[in-house]
Formats: sequence, C-alpha cells, structure tokens
Amino acid sequence: MSLTAEDVNKIAHLARLGIDSQDVGSYTKDLSGMLALMAKMGEVNTDGVEPMAHPLDQVQRLRADVVTESNQREHFQAIAPKVEDGLYLVPKVIE
Amino acid sequence: MHSKSIRQLAQGLRAKEFSSVELTQHFLQRIKQHQNLNAYITVTEELALAQAQAADQRLAAGDTDLLLGLPIAQKDLFCTLGVRTSCGSKMLDNFIAPYNATVVEKLNQAGAVMLGKVNMDEFAMGSSNETSFYGAVKNPWDSNAVAGGSSGGSAAAVAARIAVCATGTDTGGSIRQPAALCGITGLKPTYGRVSRYGMIAYASSLDQGGPMAQSADDAAILLQAMAGFDSKDSTSMDHPVPDYSATLDAPLTGLKIGLPKEFFGEGLSDDVAQVLQVAIDEYRKLGAEVIDISMPNLKLAIPAYYVIAPAECSANLSRFDGVRFGYRCENPADLTDLYTRSRGEAFGKEVKRRILMGTYALSAGYYDAYYIKAQKIRRLISDDFKTALAQIDVIMGPVTPTTAFGIGEKMADPIAMYLADIYTIAINLAGVPAMSIPAGFSDGKPVGLQIIGNYFQEAKLLNIAHRYQQVTDWHTLIPKNFE
Repeated sequence: MSLTAEDVNKIAHLARLGIDSQDVGSYTKDLSGMLALMAKMGEVNTDGVEPMAHPLDQVQRLRADVVTESNQREHFQAIAPKVEDGLYLVPKVIE
Repeated sequence: MHSKSIRQLAQGLRAKEFSSVELTQHFLQRIKQHQNLNAYITVTEELALAQAQAADQRLAAGDTDLLLGLPIAQKDLFCTLGVRTSCGSKMLDNFIAPYNATVVEKLNQAGAVMLGKVNMDEFAMGSSNETSFYGAVKNPWDSNAVAGGSSGGSAAAVAARIAVCATGTDTGGSIRQPAALCGITGLKPTYGRVSRYGMIAYASSLDQGGPMAQSADDAAILLQAMAGFDSKDSTSMDHPVPDYSATLDAPLTGLKIGLPKEFFGEGLSDDVAQVLQVAIDEYRKLGAEVIDISMPNLKLAIPAYYVIAPAECSANLSRFDGVRFGYRCENPADLTDLYTRSRGEAFGKEVKRRILMGTYALSAGYYDAYYIKAQKIRRLISDDFKTALAQIDVIMGPVTPTTAFGIGEKMADPIAMYLADIYTIAINLAGVPAMSIPAGFSDGKPVGLQIIGNYFQEAKLLNIAHRYQQVTDWHTLIPKNFE
C-alpha cells in the first residue's frame, strides 16, 4: 500500500504538524516505504493472539486517592513561552 | 586518572591520591580538549565543581558509596533541575527542566558528579546521532564514522574517557548499538527495572534507561545506583534489586548459550561474524555449551516496531504544542497555526516522519490493521524469547550487521537505517534485558557481542560479560589520541 501527497497532508493536519511543501514528496515516499515494510505482518496469521501492550503483561497500579503533589504553578510557568496572571496565553480562540 | 575503573577511582579518592575536585577538573579539561567529538550538548562546569566539593566533604566523613565523587555524563533526555534538557531537539533548546528525573536524583544521592548533558539523536529517534539538532557525534575510533545512536554522546564520552561512565536509554537499541560501535559496555535492563520518571518519553512501552561504561564491573555499579522501584513511574516493576557486583565472578561452567540462526544469516557482514565466532569460542573455553536455536518471528520485529514506536511517539510528542514549555513560533495567527508552526519549525525530519507514521497507524480505519496487528506480532516475538530462554540460559548474537558506518552515509535512506537495527529491536518488544560488550575489531573499528537474558537476569548478564572481560582486553583499549 502506498500513500499520496494528499494523504500525507491530511495526516500532517491530524498531527497539527507543519511540513514544508517541498518535503511532501519525500515524506510520501518514506511513509510508503515504511508501509511496504509493514506489509510483511499481514502474511502472518495472528488469529486468537492476544495483543501485547506491556512486556510483562502488567496492569496499571492503583494508589490511594490522595493529593501527593504540591502547587508549583509559578515554578512551572517560569519556563512557559507566554503567561500572564498565572494563565498560559494563546491566540484568541473565541471571537 | 581517566583510564581507571570505578573501583580504582573510588580507592584513589580514599587513598587521597587525588580529590574529587581534581578528578573533575581533569575530566573537564579533557572535555575541552576533545570538543570536536561533539559528545556534550551542555557542560555543567560550575555545578560539577560544586558537586565535587560536596563529594570531597562526604569522602572526608567516611562515606563508602562507590560512585561518590566520580564524574559522569547524563544523556540529555534525563530531566535535570535547573539545567537545560534539550533531548537533542530545537523544540527543547530553551527548556530548563523544573525537576530531576528519578535516575538523576538517585545518582545525585550516590554522590556522582555530573559533568554535563551528552548528545543524542533528536528525541532518541535515530541510530547514528545524526538527527540531533546539535549535530552528529564523531566516533572516537574513526572521526569519519558515526558514534551510533541514539545514545551516541554517552558512548563516545565513555570511549574517549571524557566521562567515567554515562547514562543511556534504549527503545530499539539506543544503548547497545552505540556501545557496540564505540567499543564500550552497555546494558539495557528489563523493561520497568529503571524508573522512566523524568525521562522524556519516546515510546513508553519500550523505553528503558541503563548504564554505559568501560566494563561490566563498572556497569554493575552504575546499574546498582539506577535500578529500583519508583512509585512515580506507573510501569516501574516492584521487584527486588540484587547486588549486581556480588555474582560477577560466578563460574560459567555448564552455561547454555543459544545462537539463533536468524541472527547469523544473510545481512550479517563476514568480518563481524568472524569476530563473534572467536568471542563465542572464548565462552566455550570458559565452560559454556553452545546450542543452535531458531526464533522464527524475529524477522517481524522491524515492521512491528515501526508501527508501535511511532504510534506511541505520536501520542507522547503531542505535548510539545508551543503553549507550556519549549519552542513557540513567532506571531501565530490562531491556535491551529500556533500548534502547527511551532511543531513544524522545531521538529527535525526524522521526528516528523515518525509522528506522521504513528498518526496514520492510529487513525480511524487503520488502527486494527496496523496497531493491533503489531501488538499481536509483538506477542509472537515475545513468545519466541520465552520458548528459547526456557531451554537455554542466554542468547548471543551480533548487535549490528556492520561496524560503524560513515557520517552521512545512510541519512538519505531512512529505511536502510531502520533495517540496520534488526538485531536489537526484538529485545525491546519482548522487554528482556540485553548487553553489548566489546568483542574485537574489524578494520580498526569495534565490534560488539550481544548477550540477551531472561526477565530480571541483569546480574547473570553482567556475570557472563565480566568473566569474558577477565580473559580478554578489548574493553581496556583506548582509541588513539584519547590515551
């Protein structure tokens, strides 16, 4: 299976990822190459095989529902690109 | 001083042959002298000297920790409080981490001195260190060759003796492959053995931190300090940590070594195969029994990995949005433009390729065909390891198909670069531990031997590596110009 330039632009949009228009061709080629590699998986019968999400088949650990973190807003916001009055600033969303 | 082992240095500090400050100054001076290697992204000279002074005080008070006062390097993927943590990316070029990774915290407690943050492929995505925003690391054995990746800076720093030892991380071979190409000892522990807290995530079900050092003896000491359960990492394993140094000398008589025929077939260069045969013969002399085995699903590792790792990467890297930390584009027109342009301008090509691949594999209509299929294949591969390791003690094989390739040689063909990870990737999918140890040279460049064990058998791997290093001297050789 191979992708088209249109597919790549659509995927880039889903990922909110800017890609240079002159690079679309090379991404199309590379991703198609990767899909060709993956086609090998299709040749294997995996009926009845349980998908493996964790190498040791662990389940998520539970913990008591208590606060363990202290408020460090100023500390964390010190490295933010743009903040004001404790808020992260982004371009206006609602006109 | 720089060619001594951890134990020798620890002894030298206590015999007052040199202080931690003097040792640290010696390494800082060597880092400057060998700047052209490009191993370090950030050198933390002031912090290192302050830590060395504190270590000297602890030494005077009789503290016995082996790593106390020893200058080490941290891969620039571990968050270090107050110190830039770039992950090799323009995205985090301005990121001063607001907290320490658990590994960093543990090494600080042990009294290790951090010389700086070492170079790596961008977000650990690469096999040559060439995808770093800060440029490729040169291989100390051949300045025209790659140091490997993604922990290329760690491997080069240890090989060039500009750090006593270093931390690394391994998602598909990123500790073992650069260790092999630079002629050092590297260990990827069992998934969940070393805390991932504060390790910038690439593929969370595969990522694992581990030690990179001159020898198995040194690696055992470093792993001892890094390993252990951490409640801050939801996939950390609550499993006792043995004394890794205690069993290093155990005899290898009767050890069963399996050689998968899939590891020694087409694709493996003749010179690497020859070096490995000699190394395996050395194990026969040490009393091991060598058995041919087959692991038929190994060939599916690369396709499965290049679905699972990019899928997890596309989710993990969505946090880099130009809002809370990291790079933000100039004058965004609206919120979508802010996200799209910040990410577009700050991520390099390999990272973008994997985000695109992962986004596609997880998108509606393709999820079952790619992601679920890959997870099923992952189980088949993992079962191959379980079956093999039920009959034998360890698996041995190559780490890489060839020795270090030239800088620039494979950058134009990403698929060819992926295929070179054929011997390391399956181990991460299964989650078992594996090591790379120096086993000889071909054409002046190091060759690594891979030793793969069962879950939580790190002590066994270190024992097997150590016994070999007692009868060979590959791990003691220092590249020319770095003596």
